Amino acid sequence: MNGILAKKLGMTQVFTEQGECVPVTVLEAGPCVVVCHKTEEKDGYTAVQIGFGLKKEQRANKAEIGHFKKADVAVREHLAEFDVADLESWPVGKEFGAADFADAKMVNVSGISKGHGFSGAIKRHGFHSGPRSHGTHNMREPGGTSAHSYPGRVFPGKRMPGQYGNKKVTVKHLQVVKVDGDRNLIFVRGAVPGPKNSIIVVRKD
Amino acid sequence: MSLNIEAIHNENVKSDIPAFRAGDTVTVNVKVIEGTKERIQPFKGVVIQHKNSGISKTITVRKMSGSVAVERIFPVNSPRIDSIVLDRAGKVRQSRIYYMRNLRGKAARIEEREA
Repeated sequence: MNGILAKKLGMTQVFTEQGECVPVTVLEAGPCVVVCHKTEEKDGYTAVQIGFGLKKEQRANKAEIGHFKKADVAVREHLAEFDVADLESWPVGKEFGAADFADAKMVNVSGISKGHGFSGAIKRHGFHSGPRSHGTHNMREPGGTSAHSYPGRVFPGKRMPGQYGNKKVTVKHLQVVKVDGDRNLIFVRGAVPGPKNSIIVVRKD
Repeated sequence: MSLNIEAIHNENVKSDIPAFRAGDTVTVNVKVIEGTKERIQPFKGVVIQHKNSGISKTITVRKMSGSVAVERIFPVNSPRIDSIVLDRAGKVRQSRIYYMRNLRGKAARIEEREA
């Protein structure tokens, strides 16, 4: 399978043999379980649905309980679908974890970035702030947004205040530093979007 | 799902580092590679400051090499650090003794502390 669900544990650092210090994000990837198959005949595409993170049955609704009962696995908190080459090698109920990523050099990770709410242009786009003194009222204003009667409009995509963060973000080509198959840990170099304990989709690059 | 980041943090923290603080004289044994051979190079000086904690802890060590002062920053938990030996405990009041940089000769002496 080319992907897995993971929980972001946080950042730390590891040393290489040469003494180089590498900043890493620790992802707890797995244990995941195959919950159902999506087939060409029934769904129009081929994929494997996996579950991650146990959930109390009393917290699940009947539809969820029924879905997991069909696969004969415990109720999971998070579900995701991934493409596979052949469905036979990923039977329903199969458990897997970070060890699958032992041979991966690079990964792409997706997560929901930290939400900053409705933010101004300074925080959101890194605009400069105006002068604070000498009677000015232009302190955190975004400035002009367009030209004059030509073009007579604001161009689409103009950077303005608005919702910042809490949005799906994908970071590509993160180097895999270490994989701990026993504890289902993947150490990727650099930062990963989202707060600690958020759910991350890890895909092989 | 009982893992937390602090536990992973502390896994590679060295446990054989002696307790020392600013003002103490230590010898840091650094592994250096010369050509294909590896040897240990000692660096003896006064600890000026500690920075950070856990895996990312670093110390700054200052020594006088002839008339030239040399300061080196060591990541304590780096595998390139063979060992750290406490030679002499010094009595200072600040935890970061930057004022040592302005002192020369007899003024740069540090009173001994009973360890």
